[in-house]
Amino acid sequence: MPDALHVTALRKTYGSATALAGVDLRVGAGELVGLLGPNGAGKSTLTKIACGLVQPTGGHVEVLGHPCASKSARSKTGYLAELFRFPGWATADEVLVLHQRLARSDGGPDERARLLALVELSAAAGRRVEAMSKGMQQRLGIAQALVGDPRLVLLDEPTSALDPAGRRTVRELLDGLRERGVAVLLNSHLLSEVELVCDRVVIVDRGATIAEGAPADLVVAGGVEIETASGLKRFPDAGREDIPDLIGGLVAEGERIYGARVVAGSLEDTYLGLVGAQEG
Amino acid sequence: MSSFADRARARAVSVTSVTSDVLLDVRIVAGYALREAVRRKVFVVVVVLTLGFLALYTYGTKQAFDEVARFGSGVPADIGEKVLTGSTLLGLAMFVTLFLGTVIAVFVTLNAVRGDAERGLLQPLVVRPIGRSTLLLARFLAAGAVCVTYVLAVYAAALALTNATGGYWPGNPVYGALSLSLAVLVVVAIALLGTTLLSSTANGIAIFMVFGAGLAAGLIGQIGAALDSSALERISSIASWALPFEAIYQDGLHALTADVRGATGVIVQLGPFGGAQDAGALLIPYILAYLVVVGLVANRIFSKADL
Repeated sequence: MPDALHVTALRKTYGSATALAGVDLRVGAGELVGLLGPNGAGKSTLTKIACGLVQPTGGHVEVLGHPCASKSARSKTGYLAELFRFPGWATADEVLVLHQRLARSDGGPDERARLLALVELSAAAGRRVEAMSKGMQQRLGIAQALVGDPRLVLLDEPTSALDPAGRRTVRELLDGLRERGVAVLLNSHLLSEVELVCDRVVIVDRGATIAEGAPADLVVAGGVEIETASGLKRFPDAGREDIPDLIGGLVAEGERIYGARVVAGSLEDTYLGLVGAQEG
Repeated sequence: MSSFADRARARAVSVTSVTSDVLLDVRIVAGYALREAVRRKVFVVVVVLTLGFLALYTYGTKQAFDEVARFGSGVPADIGEKVLTGSTLLGLAMFVTLFLGTVIAVFVTLNAVRGDAERGLLQPLVVRPIGRSTLLLARFLAAGAVCVTYVLAVYAAALALTNATGGYWPGNPVYGALSLSLAVLVVVAIALLGTTLLSSTANGIAIFMVFGAGLAAGLIGQIGAALDSSALERISSIASWALPFEAIYQDGLHALTADVRGATGVIVQLGPFGGAQDAGALLIPYILAYLVVVGLVANRIFSKADL
């Protein structure tokens, strides 16, 4: 079975500016991959190339075995742009009808009702887009991206306008997609969200991949903290296996020990460390 | 032999399927564009203002015919005052119809590509299997259908009103209708080409300036013909080939009065709406080719554009 998305040595330049400088990326079927990076790192450009909005300068992108931007690739891809709008005069239901027709989806009213329920917009099916809040429009955008049961969904900052409850809804939705074998490339600045839902994370900076792996593998432990009678002692380079020796040493020095714990690192720490190192 | 027949049949089925897919997409996008125009009350505004123009035209035409009739025996015998008045007024109506059709063409295509892309409206559509060429074709057909319907309706109304108020009927009204339709299609095509390159406001300004340049070229040509100036006529001719909406409009005007002979014919041809320019038989094939070339260039630019 081909990868849902297979990016090889992808390059994109705008005049003298390099947006992508040879990125490799794979998203397997049913895999949820988070794409992280600072502003201008090339994340949106990569996503736009994958769905045919931007032409690459070099390299190769395949969607489910088809060249990206081909009709076959586009018919299997759902996309939510970072900056998008739907016509204000159309209702939520009309927007989905249009996309059903363009995607040749035969889901009919059942599919529309299911998608609107999925993003908690059932009550707003007949509401015009111009009367919706930004968060509602973003949820409608997510529903639109799922029209026609795509096998690959590209989401560019899908939760930027959502409140915490809306973000949780999207997380649950992403879990549901993974269970159904739908691959997702999630482009987001919300590191905690990516850490919670993604199987794998790719960090790009200045158009190049600087780290890749499962969130747990990328997260660097934050050391060990031991609570003693003389105060909290921190051992930033130590791990769980070092705790007995550390306690033994402290006891030998006459300290009384009240507790010990491994300090969990976060993806954010790793990300900031990597991106900071690049900028330095 | 049978395998060749099978392959031919399969190819025919595939071509038929692709064609029907494209036609379906064209229908979807064109219907969507038309629904937007209806929902935004564009047509209500257009109909109300057009009715205003036609009411004014009726009143003016009636007054003009009545005034000319009052001249009575004061008019030289070889001057057909009804033809002179009717053709001049109908020429004016044609000019206004083309102008109004151009205004509609500009506004229905203003945002079609670059403007909608800047606002984020285009991207969700373009990533669908429809493809950019089909999207562009659909926008052209939708805008073309609206503009052609409009100019034909206004032109037919002007013909009927001119006939009802003054009893005038032109020589070749069908060619007049055809010329207006082609002229407005050329404007739609140029406007769509513009929208692949320019943002909404810049495109709107550019198309109106192009329209003005075309009209100015037409007037220069008429002046050149009256003065027998080959330089002026050459300038006009070059502009007409580059912007053929003016040439086909002039040709349509010419066709309305081509059968008017004698002193009346001379005066009509010299008048601002008499149509001194007979473009010749190549004009319509040229315009059809022009539409295809402009469409291909617009498609090429749109296909390569980063959205």
